[in-house]
Amino acid sequence: MIELFKGIKVDWIGKRQIFFGISILLLVIGMISLIQKGKFQYGVDFRGGTTMKVQFKNPAPNIDLIRQALEKGGATHSQIQQLGDPIEGKFQIEYGESEKEAEATQGQAVITKALDTAFGGKYENLGSEYVGPSVGGDLRQQAVMATLYALGGILVYIAFRFEWIYGAAAVFAVFHDTLVTLGIFSLFNKEINLTVIAALLTLVGYSVNDTIVVFDRVRENLKIRRRDDLESILNDSINQTLSRTILTSGLTFLTVLALFLFGGEIINNFAFAMVIGIVVGTYSSIAVASPLVLIYTKLRGQGSAPSPTAVKMPRTAKAR
Amino acid sequence: MTKRIRNRLIIILAFTLLSVYQFAGFPPSLKNLRKNIHLGLDLQGGVQLVLRVKTSDAIRAETDQTIESLRAQFQKENIPFKDLTRTQDNRFTVTGVDPSKASAFLKIMTDVHPEWDVSSTASDAYAVQLKPQQEATFRQQSVDQAISTISNRINALGVTEPTIQRRGRNDEILIQFPGVSDPAHVESIIQSTALLELKIVEGLGSFPSETSALQQYGGVLPAGLQIIASVEHSADGSQTYYVVHTSGGITGRDLKNAYVSRDPNNGRPAISFSLNAEGAQKFGNITEQNVGKLLAIILDNRIQSAPQLHERITDQGQITGNFTQKDAEDLALKLRSGALPASMEVEERTFVGATLGADSIRAGITASLVALAAVLVFVLFYYKASGINATIAMFLNLVVLLGAMAAMGATLTLPGIAGVILTIGVGIDSNVLIFERIREEMRTGKNAASAVLTSFNRVFITLVDTHLAALISATFLFLFGTGAVKGFAVTLVIGLVSNMFTAVFVSRTLFEIVLARKEASESISI
Repeated sequence: MIELFKGIKVDWIGKRQIFFGISILLLVIGMISLIQKGKFQYGVDFRGGTTMKVQFKNPAPNIDLIRQALEKGGATHSQIQQLGDPIEGKFQIEYGESEKEAEATQGQAVITKALDTAFGGKYENLGSEYVGPSVGGDLRQQAVMATLYALGGILVYIAFRFEWIYGAAAVFAVFHDTLVTLGIFSLFNKEINLTVIAALLTLVGYSVNDTIVVFDRVRENLKIRRRDDLESILNDSINQTLSRTILTSGLTFLTVLALFLFGGEIINNFAFAMVIGIVVGTYSSIAVASPLVLIYTKLRGQGSAPSPTAVKMPRTAKAR
Repeated sequence: MTKRIRNRLIIILAFTLLSVYQFAGFPPSLKNLRKNIHLGLDLQGGVQLVLRVKTSDAIRAETDQTIESLRAQFQKENIPFKDLTRTQDNRFTVTGVDPSKASAFLKIMTDVHPEWDVSSTASDAYAVQLKPQQEATFRQQSVDQAISTISNRINALGVTEPTIQRRGRNDEILIQFPGVSDPAHVESIIQSTALLELKIVEGLGSFPSETSALQQYGGVLPAGLQIIASVEHSADGSQTYYVVHTSGGITGRDLKNAYVSRDPNNGRPAISFSLNAEGAQKFGNITEQNVGKLLAIILDNRIQSAPQLHERITDQGQITGNFTQKDAEDLALKLRSGALPASMEVEERTFVGATLGADSIRAGITASLVALAAVLVFVLFYYKASGINATIAMFLNLVVLLGAMAAMGATLTLPGIAGVILTIGVGIDSNVLIFERIREEMRTGKNAASAVLTSFNRVFITLVDTHLAALISATFLFLFGTGAVKGFAVTLVIGLVSNMFTAVFVSRTLFEIVLARKEASESISI
């Protein structure tokens, strides 16, 4: 039997001050980056405008040449970005962030015409996207709402299956993951688009899994060890499930890492969110969720575990 | 092999075969796979448009039409009135109605136009408003009509497997054309309202500018007249304008057919049209009364041509102008498929080139295979023989996932592929959870059989909790998401459900098969 984590006895809960310090630091770094930059780098689906991906035949012109061509063709204020390996000659052109609506609608036509004039036949339009200005704002709002609803749903579910403080702690930990991931996106100037929101919502579901596994063990241990105090039960539960937590997170990390490295650049931001989120999610289910349960219980003036009878017992599945 | 294990194996086999049949057909082939698993636009390339129908256009048209109809009825019933004016999209006022004829007016409203609310604002004036419920119906209808018109046009264009459906907010239409590489042409065909109007020109000529047209009337345009720009150009190349009568014309609603013909004067492409019976009668009356005047042929609020009426015309007409053969064909197609009830605004336009789509498929497959390989190597190395259990469970999970997607007609998008990869991760997660528990139980001295039994029973609860929590967020993702993101949510949801089956049912059966062959005291490789 190969075992990576045998007989681990780490006092996770006792180190909660350090963990909270790390979390707060991560959150603050993200926040400072966001304040400094003023806003997130939204994808075209959230901010409206036009983006186009083009690939030039070898040899590709340099960015300045493309910019000149675009300006000549009337597509001023466009941003050009090289994609991937310079040899591939792939560029992304963004246009019309704050332009008038009518002009923005025509963005694709304007860019195409400008490029055709300058490089006709020497490039390929790989793909383009236009999103109207009113849509972006709606989508952003919907994304926030969807995330909040999902968090609310999970809170209710865990509160129903465990105790409400477990639900609150789990949801707080997941919310923390979302904020940290967003902060890192801001820090690395990564673009936030619809697929990133999809990744965040997936992470909400995924990272709450780790927390549930720990809480599930806490519930089980509370039943067996009525005399022990909550702190040691929380610690033991984390340690008992640690190998599982690290293994599964590690394996899922491997899968999203494959996605990040090989999935192509369209899905890259999504994969980046997953890579970051899984690391943060694993950390938070150990270092944030359980300590929160303890702090709440202590605040209520109980040094020991909440009466096990107060812990709702799940209906045990009958062995077939 | 006990009966219980045999039954379970039969269930698993049945599920597997059913799933394979769903996505690969019988006999299984790659061709069937391509047919059964629908690829999203982001993978196969094509154009996606989200259009917002400006339904207020339709309401305004309805109001204008009611005003015209009332004007005619007032004349018929001899009700004197001063003015009928539209004040808002859904409102108009009637002024100067002789108080003695008030009841006659109200009777017309209740009998002929029951969809309007009438309130009296003075002894001889009324404010008329479209009933809110009616308004909502009209808005819905205009979107329905827009969808059917667009469908007609797209079918005439011969695009394969287009999708045209309502989306999100009620006035949005989602259109997808897989494989289309010229987004601009398709869009121009869809978007042009193709509203044909035939109106009588006031006076006998065009004006070089709007101001000069206005000067004829001392700077103020009399009621019932409007100035419309023409596509014709004067000798010096500047735009020309006509003054036309607002009412009394006929519209595309009266159109029966339209087809490409030749201008008899110069042989250039033109569009001939015919009118239905009602339209022909109206047109006959109008042309008869206005012989010698010019008839403006207006398309989407631009005058195409303004030929002189030489005689009464009933059901035939021809639109001539500076058309190329392709222009004429497109225009005939648009006229045939009917006018759009309202103009539309592009809210989103996505074009994915075939190259990019193919790249995405390649990248998606590479990432999936790498993820799969990484996970398999680890599991087999770490859990030895039990790793084979996990591997079988994971492959079955993918098979069931693909089968369910094919059966539901779900679309596989690039984020959907990411969903598949995550399903691999989540599936392994469940297995690891079970295996770690088995190891733990065995460490406490339990024999293999009892450790497996306890672990599966115990972990089942955890798995229900984790899967339901993940389902909650996946569901909100599905509700929120559109297009590719929705495809991702679908794969995720199916993956979670099928994983419950493979991780608990399949994996447990596999363990029981192994255990059944051993003595109770023997251990298992985990």
